[in-house]
Formats: sequence, C-alpha cells, structure tokens
Amino acid sequence: MRRSRLPALLAWGVVLFLFAPLVVLVVNSFNASRFGGTWEGFTWGWYEKLWAADEVWASLWLTLRIAVSAALAAMVLGTLAAYVLHRFRSWLQNVHQVLITLPLVMPDILMGMSLLALFVLSGVETGLLTIWIAHVTFCLSFVTMVVLGRLQDFDFTLLDAAQDLGATRAQAVRKVLLPLLLPGVLAGGLLAFTLSVDDYVITFFVSGPGTTTLPLRVASMMRTSRTLPVINALSTLLIASTFVIAAVSSRLQRRA
Amino acid sequence: MRAQRQGSSQWLLSLPSLAWLGLFFVIPAILVFVTAFRPADLQGGVGPGWTLATLEEIRDPAYLPIIWRTVWVSAATTFFCLALALPMAFHIARAGQRQRQWLLLLVVIPFLSNFLIRIFAWKSLLHPEGPLTQTLISLHLLPENAVLLHHAGAVLLVMVYTQLPFAILPLYAAAERFDFGLLDAARDLGARPLQAFAKVFVPGVQRGLISAAVMVFVCSLGQYVIPQMVGGVSDDMLGTKIAQRVFSDRNLPHASALAGGMMLAVLLPMLVVAVWQRIGRKEGA
Repeated sequence: MRRSRLPALLAWGVVLFLFAPLVVLVVNSFNASRFGGTWEGFTWGWYEKLWAADEVWASLWLTLRIAVSAALAAMVLGTLAAYVLHRFRSWLQNVHQVLITLPLVMPDILMGMSLLALFVLSGVETGLLTIWIAHVTFCLSFVTMVVLGRLQDFDFTLLDAAQDLGATRAQAVRKVLLPLLLPGVLAGGLLAFTLSVDDYVITFFVSGPGTTTLPLRVASMMRTSRTLPVINALSTLLIASTFVIAAVSSRLQRRA
Repeated sequence: MRAQRQGSSQWLLSLPSLAWLGLFFVIPAILVFVTAFRPADLQGGVGPGWTLATLEEIRDPAYLPIIWRTVWVSAATTFFCLALALPMAFHIARAGQRQRQWLLLLVVIPFLSNFLIRIFAWKSLLHPEGPLTQTLISLHLLPENAVLLHHAGAVLLVMVYTQLPFAILPLYAAAERFDFGLLDAARDLGARPLQAFAKVFVPGVQRGLISAAVMVFVCSLGQYVIPQMVGGVSDDMLGTKIAQRVFSDRNLPHASALAGGMMLAVLLPMLVVAVWQRIGRKEGA
C-alpha cells in the first residue's frame, strides 16, 4: 500500500524547526555584524574575544567540576537504585519508584524553591556544596531510568551460571553484572553530566556569591548587550560538544 | 531465613537513594509548605514564629490573570507540542533502523544543548535586526517596524520549541510498540489515511499521549525564564512571580506560598492520572 508522504514531510519540518535557531547561532558566530541581521564578512573575532574572557573560562572550570562530581555521585546512587528497583517487588520499592519518578516531572522552579527553603531554614550557606547537592538530586532520577532500561535487557541467569561455575556472589556481581551494565551506567553518567552543565533554573536558586556557573554567566552576558556575539561563539562550542557527547552516548547505548 | 536476608539486603541497598531523596527532595518539598506560614525577615530569610498573613496576601486578585495566563499558555504549548510530536513519532517509529537512529539523535541534540542558549538563539532570530524579522519584512509578510520579540506569541513559540522533545520521546516510545499492521487493516476496510491515523493510531498510543501531555503541561506551568527573556511586560507567568518574590522582593514566605500552590496544582492531576492508569492496568490484566 502506498504510504502517505505527509508524516515524513512534517517530521523533517520539525527537525528543521529544531535546528534552524542553532544553525543561525553557529553562522552568526562567524559573522562580523554585531546583530547578525546581515552577513558582513567572515571573522574569528568573537572567538578571540571569548578566548580573552577569563571569567567565562573560570565559570566553565567551576561548571565542569560540579558536573563531574555530581555525575559520579548520581551514577553510584542511581545504579544502586536501579538495581534494587529491578530486583525486588515490595511496597518499599513502590515508594522508591514514586520518589525516583517525581523529580523527573517536578518543574525546575519548584525544585529550586524547595531546596532553597531547606538551605535557608537549616542555615546552610548557599554555594558550591548546595549546588552539588541540588545537581545530584535531579541527576539521580535520570541515571536510575537509564540504568533500569539497561537492566531490563540483562539476563540474570548469567549470575546463577557464574555462581554455578564457582564464583562467589560478590565475584559474580563484579565480574559479570558490572561489566555488562557499565555502558548503561556510563550513558546515565553522561546524561547526568550534560544536565548538570546545562542547568540554569535550579542552580540560580541555590547558588551563592562566587559560584557563577557557566549558565549563570551566559544569563548575565545576555543582559549586557555589549557581549552578545561572544555568546554566539560560546554557544557554537557548547553545541559542538553536545554533538560529541550525544554521539558517544548513542554508541554506548547501542553496544548491547 | 533466606527471605529475611533478602529483606535486610533490600533495605540496605535501597537506603542510599531513599535517604538522599528523602533528605533533599521530600523534606524540602514539605518545607515549602511550612515556610508559607512563617513571617518574612528583611534579609530574605525567615523570621521566628508563625503567621497566616502570607496566605491572606496571596489571595490578592492581581494573581488571578497571572494564574489564568499560566494555565492557558501551558495548555496551548501542550496542544502545539502534541500536534507536532504525533506525526513525528509516527514517522520515526515507521522509519528504517538507520533513519530512526538519526532522527532520534536529531531530536535529542537540541534537547541536550543548553537551555539558555536555545532561548538566546530565538532571541537573536526574533530580534528586530535579526534574520527572521528582516526576511519577513522584505517579503512584505510583516509590516515595517514589526516587532516579533517581547510578545505573547514569542513566549508560546519558544515554549513549544524547548518542550517539543519532551513530547516526542514518550510518544515515540509508545509508537514503537504500536502494531502498524492495524493501519493497513483500517485502510483495507475503507478508512482514508487521515481517518486511520486519527481513529486507530492516536488511540493506539494513548498512554504515550497522556504522559507526553502531562510532561509538557507540568514543565510549562513552572516556566519563568522564557517569559522573562522573550516575553513583554504583560507576559508574566506564575513562575516569574515566584522568582521575583525570591530575588527582587526577598520575601521567601510569599514565594513559598505561591510555590506551594503550584506544587499542589502539579501533584494532584498526576495523582489522578496515576490512579486512573493503575485502575486501567488492573482491568486490562
């Protein structure tokens, strides 16, 4: 039967809609024009300005430190959570499941607001530590979901087989389960890392003086129009790294 | 004996994530409601004692149009996202292995690239000197001096743009499990393509449709960055007010009361959907 072309056309239209603004950013990062309305010649100038903007690089360094440490913590907590959710059926796991799912659908502003309430009421100074706690909290659920998806394909009889062949339970977990689970855990960690680097709203609520992460820096650059084209250059680099991370992640998840 | 050991290892292994979420998700959410009953202090914190004054304050009728706008902008965003995501999910699910992986990657990449950057991209696209405005004016599709930015339409457009992947991914997950043979059957029985799509495919992915709608609607309710950056002065949403109360007025109890209201508005419909789906599953089983 002849298939309608309409869905395909619409689908590629959606892809165009998703990418058009990003393409404009990338093109404008090489445009000598300040507003990017018209093409006024090729330039590396905005990248040179970006290179010289020390505060941007300081923010990037801070962001990367938070993202790596938050992703690592979320990987450990999330993998454990996914394992127990998959392994046990009980009321405890029903509660656990709800607690893991809720942060995924909680609007960012409410999560930021409630963590701020916690830190203010308990007298904790907002700063690096509070940002890290917030990031681990929202990354945890995402890592759990990714690892859980991986566990659903895992053949648990392999563990029994290892034990039949003389491995202890701990050995079986370490030498059979973990290596097979590793791509899922890494993919989850990569997602956590990306979400942490990306987060603006929650970070804004729980950041303190001196903890300007990259998104907070971009927001303040957006308010001062002098530096607008420099944001184009920075965005291009960030989009390029997103491409790399997405490609690595999809390769990790495909390696079943 | 064995069951007992399993029980204790279950508790032990569940403890880390349960404790973390209890401490940094459940307790903070409860504290939002608690804070609403505390007096504000001038440093942006919370004073001693208890008060009902904040609850009186947020009954201000000035909030009504803002709540109304928040709801309709979120509803419109949900509608447009689903309208675009349905054919998209339909196409991805039917595409060949290679094209499917490409399309999924193409959907995920904008979703993973920085949220602020995507808003910034639209800001420069819609800027009076930006390419979109200029092109539309030169094609005489827009009057001279037209302003696309700082407009309720711009808010809606950018909301749809940022939330679209949240609609596509759950719908695709549902469409992937859909038996496309049913469509051929419907057409053999005389349905036109659009009829088959609306009467067979759409009900077939109902579960995905509901989770996509809930996801987009709930995320939209809490938006404040988009109305702040591409909207005009009269495009404030409830989220904008919460952020203003925290960062400009430094009135944490007032912000908490608003956030608590929003939290109820988010959790109650989800509870209803969850209960409803559970009943549906029991009946199906």
